[in-house]
This record gives sequence, structure tokens and C-alpha cells, in this order.
Amino acid sequence: MSEPLRLRPPRHRVSRRAIIWWSTQAAAEVAAVLVPLVIGILAWADARPWLIPGTVAVAIIGLGYLLVMPRWRFRVHRWETTDDAVYTSAGWISQQWRVAPMSRIQTVDTERGPLQQLFGLATVTVTTASAAGALRLAGLDRAVANDLVERLTETTQATPGDAT
Amino acid sequence: MTAVMAPGEPDWQRLNPWMLAVTPLRQLAGLLPVIAVVVVIGIGQDVGGRIYSVLVGVLVVMFTGMLRWFTTRYRITSERVELRTGLVFRSTRSVARDRIRSVDVTAGPIHRLFQLSVVKIGTGERAERREARELTLDAISAAEADRVRQRLLDPLDVGGPDRSGATVASAATELAALSWSWLRFAPLTVSSLVAVVAVAGAVGQLINDVGANAVDVGGVREKLTMAPLWVGIAAFAVLVLMIALGGSALIFIEAWWGFTLVRELGGTLRIRRGLFTTRSVSLEERRLRGVEVVESPLLRVGRGARTVAVATGLGGRRGHGRGTLLPPAPRSEAHRVSGAVLAEDPSPTATTLRRHPLVALRRRLVRATVPVLVASAALWLAPVPSWVAWAVLGLLPVAVLVALDAYRNLGHALTSRYLVTRHGAGVRGTVALQRAGVIGWTVSQSLLQRRTGLITVTATTAAGSGGYSVIDVETAEGLAVAEQAVPGLLEPFVLHEVDGVAHTLGSTA
Repeated sequence: MSEPLRLRPPRHRVSRRAIIWWSTQAAAEVAAVLVPLVIGILAWADARPWLIPGTVAVAIIGLGYLLVMPRWRFRVHRWETTDDAVYTSAGWISQQWRVAPMSRIQTVDTERGPLQQLFGLATVTVTTASAAGALRLAGLDRAVANDLVERLTETTQATPGDAT
Repeated sequence: MTAVMAPGEPDWQRLNPWMLAVTPLRQLAGLLPVIAVVVVIGIGQDVGGRIYSVLVGVLVVMFTGMLRWFTTRYRITSERVELRTGLVFRSTRSVARDRIRSVDVTAGPIHRLFQLSVVKIGTGERAERREARELTLDAISAAEADRVRQRLLDPLDVGGPDRSGATVASAATELAALSWSWLRFAPLTVSSLVAVVAVAGAVGQLINDVGANAVDVGGVREKLTMAPLWVGIAAFAVLVLMIALGGSALIFIEAWWGFTLVRELGGTLRIRRGLFTTRSVSLEERRLRGVEVVESPLLRVGRGARTVAVATGLGGRRGHGRGTLLPPAPRSEAHRVSGAVLAEDPSPTATTLRRHPLVALRRRLVRATVPVLVASAALWLAPVPSWVAWAVLGLLPVAVLVALDAYRNLGHALTSRYLVTRHGAGVRGTVALQRAGVIGWTVSQSLLQRRTGLITVTATTAAGSGGYSVIDVETAEGLAVAEQAVPGLLEPFVLHEVDGVAHTLGSTA
């Protein structure tokens, strides 16, 4: 193989609403750090000289995370199924591409947290016999997810063996 | 026994009647410290009453132990193994025979006195509850245990007549046997050292409790106080070292006495070992997906290694000791046994491996040295004596050596049937994984890896830890290895750049 090789991105993007979902999650995470700091500033006057700059720094980093992460994730998170395999990409700063052959799929689960329900999203988890092999397709449109689960379940039921 | 082998619905069997004696004896042995404490502490005050209450307690325990025999029954049908226990809370546990992945036979000293063995039947499933995975017959006669083991592991026996017997045992080929020269590796295993320290600590505590002064036996203390301090320290160090060497040798002898690894007819690998407690672990070869040669830092000093099976149903990486195919032995022997187990010559684990790019070395150097430098700098600023910061900085050469070692350990190769990958800082693991056993790929890339054009390619498998990685390999090389190892799986998703135009292999064909 002299020619350079690279992985091509899977065909389908996740739902655009996933950006809002990830943003909400990120906002909650940032708030969980910022709120105690702000309370500290209000309650503890002596600490203000160093606590205020610290809080400002955290707020700037948090805002950056809030603006960058969901959009970056949306560019990376993709999925695709062929007749033979499921192929996903996920992550943002560090990224993972996963392939599992249809013949090795053991279970297909759907999961909808309260936030995902609010935005009409679903996460599909495809597990194989490997302890390290689960594929998570996060932030799919609910209808797309239902279709996908149905199709995968049909295909895997048709495959004999215990998939190890 | 005819009932077990008859077709149809066999009768329920009791455990061996000797268990009426064994169970109370073992429980009594377990209770001895408690009894001793109760009696000793109570010296001088109402001795009779205490002994009386202890006696009642012991009798109750022995009675419940004996009750267990009366309430326990098992049977092996053509489809299931079933176990009924309990008098008030009755429970019936049942394991489908085609789910059985392992049959282990162990016998402790008391069991062996009565020629009994404990049979543990495992399904190897990653179930939450332990009971769902295992079924234990404690205990049946050693001969019966061997028959049960052979029946349950014989894939042809399901539903058929009983064909087990001496013929199976005689058709076994020996793959490895203990050589006493391996005893030199005993002190080089961390686990035995830990065990020795624990035992030494317990003994020291015991001596203290009894009231004797551990150091003052034979007036040693008097002589020691006259000698300079360093003599005392040196003497103590030598003492500890001798206990460690002797103790680890004893532990090795107890665990590995009479070790043999054989391949039985019908495709089962069987490991037998043990001096006081004999253990037999059987592993179906159709569950074997590869082997791993594991070299811990201490073992590497003595050029030793262990061989561990990569198999489904062992439960976790390196199988919590159950997958061990070979005790600490010379590295060449570990590779030879790997080859013998996989029926490959030469062993894939001993293949010459491809080096990873030098960028991988830079990553390791950065990862090892930066924390040391940062910690040292932080300690300079912190209100601690400056020598602390210097001492931390002194770790820098060690960090560099660790990084160099971690880089040298990186490697991968493809043989006709195996994907071989090696990595590790300190503990070095060389895995040969069946290419047919790969059930998926995970390619991952961190931000820093992306900047240097490296990826980590993980082959997922149903066996062992679930995934075995080729770490920090060049992107093109890593993808090519994955593509070749399992034709058709990753291929449709890989772009091959030809004259500036990207194709998948499928579209160019």
C-alpha cells in the first residue's frame, strides 16, 4: 500500500437538533462549576482578589466550550449502515471511528433521556459480544432511530450463531 | 451412577456422603481462631461457661453444615445441569449445557483427605449476579468429578449416550510441564511478594499478640543495640529478603506443583496444578481466540514471561488468573507454549514485529517528562524545602528510560492467521489474536495524534479484555493492517488515494 489511506466519514449526519441538546448539556456542566464560584464570591469577601479573576477565567473557558463543542461534535458525529456493517464516527477533540459487522451484533438498544425527549432525539446503542465494542449513535432524530433499530433488529435476527 | 447416564430424565443425586464430615471439619478449621480468641481472652473468668457457649456455637455450625448435605441435590440431564439447595428457602439453579464454557475441578487438603473434588461449572457470561454465571457442586468424589467434567465438556455428548472414560485421558498430548528451574522466577512475581509481605505481617502481628518480643529471641536485641544502626538495618533487610525469597518459593511450589498443560481429545486444553489444593482448569479450544505473553517488569529482568489464554467466557482481561496457561517461565518457553497452544510453529507471539514511527517516541517522552517537570516547578514555588523539588527533578532520567522502554515495546505484525500487537510501559504484553476472532474495529485519534498523523487501531473481540490495540501507528499503516487482517470489514470505509483521487477499494475494483 504505497498510496496514503484514510477513513472516509460515514454518510449520514445526526439530527441538527443534537447541537441544541449538546449545548444544553454543556450549559448545565458549565453552570455546575460557575454557580459555586459565584456564591463563593458573594459570600467570602476576603477571597475576592483571587476568586474573581479565577471565576472570570473559568467563565471564558466555559463559554468557549459551550460555543465550540456542540458544533464541533455535530461535524464529527456521523453514522452509516451497509448490508454488512454499521459504521460510526464520534468525538470532538479526540475522535473514534467504529465498525461492527451485522453478523456480530447482539443487541440494539434505544435510550431517550429527558433532554433528548424534549428535543425529539434518541441514542441507539449497538452492542457486539466484545466488552469494548459498543457503538453509540447519539443524537439521532427519533423517527430515524426507530427505523434504524427496526432494520438492525431484523438483520441481526436473521443471522445464526451466538456472534462470538 | 447409572442413573446419571441413563437417557431421559435422570434421578436427582446427592453430594458425596463424606461431605457430612468435610463440611463441619472445614467450618471448624475456619472457626479455630474465633474459638481460640474466645477461650484465651476469657482466661481466669468463668472458663467453664465460655467453653460451654463455644461448644454450643460449634455444634450449631456443624449441624447446619450437615443439613446442607441433606437438602442439596443435583442432576445432569441431556440438556441442563440442575442444583437444588435449601430447606426453608429452596432454590433451584439450572444451567443449559450448551451454555457451559468452563468446568473447573478443585480440591483443598480436607477434600483430598476424603478423595473429593469441588466442581465449578461456569457459563462465562458477563452477568451481574455471580449465581447466574456459576454452579458449584461441593463436593463429589474425585472420580465422579472427572466423569462429570469430561461429559460436560464433550460437545458430542449432549443428548447422546455416555462415551466418557479412560480413552479420553490417554489420548491427551502434553504441551507443557513444570520444570523446577522455573523456581528462580518465583521471587520475581509481584503477587507472590505481596502475599509474602502480607503473611509476614500477619505472623509478626500474631507473635506480638502472643506477647513474645519478635526481635528479642535469644538476646538478639542486646547484641543489636551495641552494634551501629546500619548493621541493624542491614540485618533487618536481609531477614526480610530471606523471608521474601523463601516465602515466594513456597507459594510457587504450592501453586504450581505437578503443573501440566495438555490438549485432550475433543479440543480441550487442561491445566492441572497444586500441591495441597489441586486445581484443574479446562478450556475449550473453540473458545480460544489467541494468547498473550505477559512480561511483568521484574520478570523481564530475569528474561521470564507468562502465557495467558485469550478466550471467551473467562471473564475479563487475563481471566483473573483462570486463563493462565503457563507459570512464570523462561521467555522462550512462554513463546513455545503459545505456539503449541495455537498449533502454530513458530509461535505468532515470537514474530518479528514492525516498529512504530519515531513520533510515537516523542509522544512517550513528552508524556513521561512533562508531569515530572511540572511537579518539580510547582514544588519550587510551594513552601517546601528546595531539595524536594530537586529530588522530583531527579526522577527525570527514570521517566526518560520508561518512555524509551514503552516505545521499544510498541510493535505489530500480521501472520497468516494472527494479528500480533505488543505494547506496555513496564508490563509488556504481546498478544496474538486470531484474525477470524476479530468482530469489529475501533480507530481512535486524539488531537495530538491527529497533528502527528498517528492513530490507535483496536481490534474488538469477544474474548479477553474485549479489545486489543495497535497503539500509535501511522494512519496509512494502521488502516492497511486492519484492512488486511479482516478482509471486507473496514475496506468499504477506507479511501485509497491514487493520483490525487480518493477511492475505496470496492469502487476501484
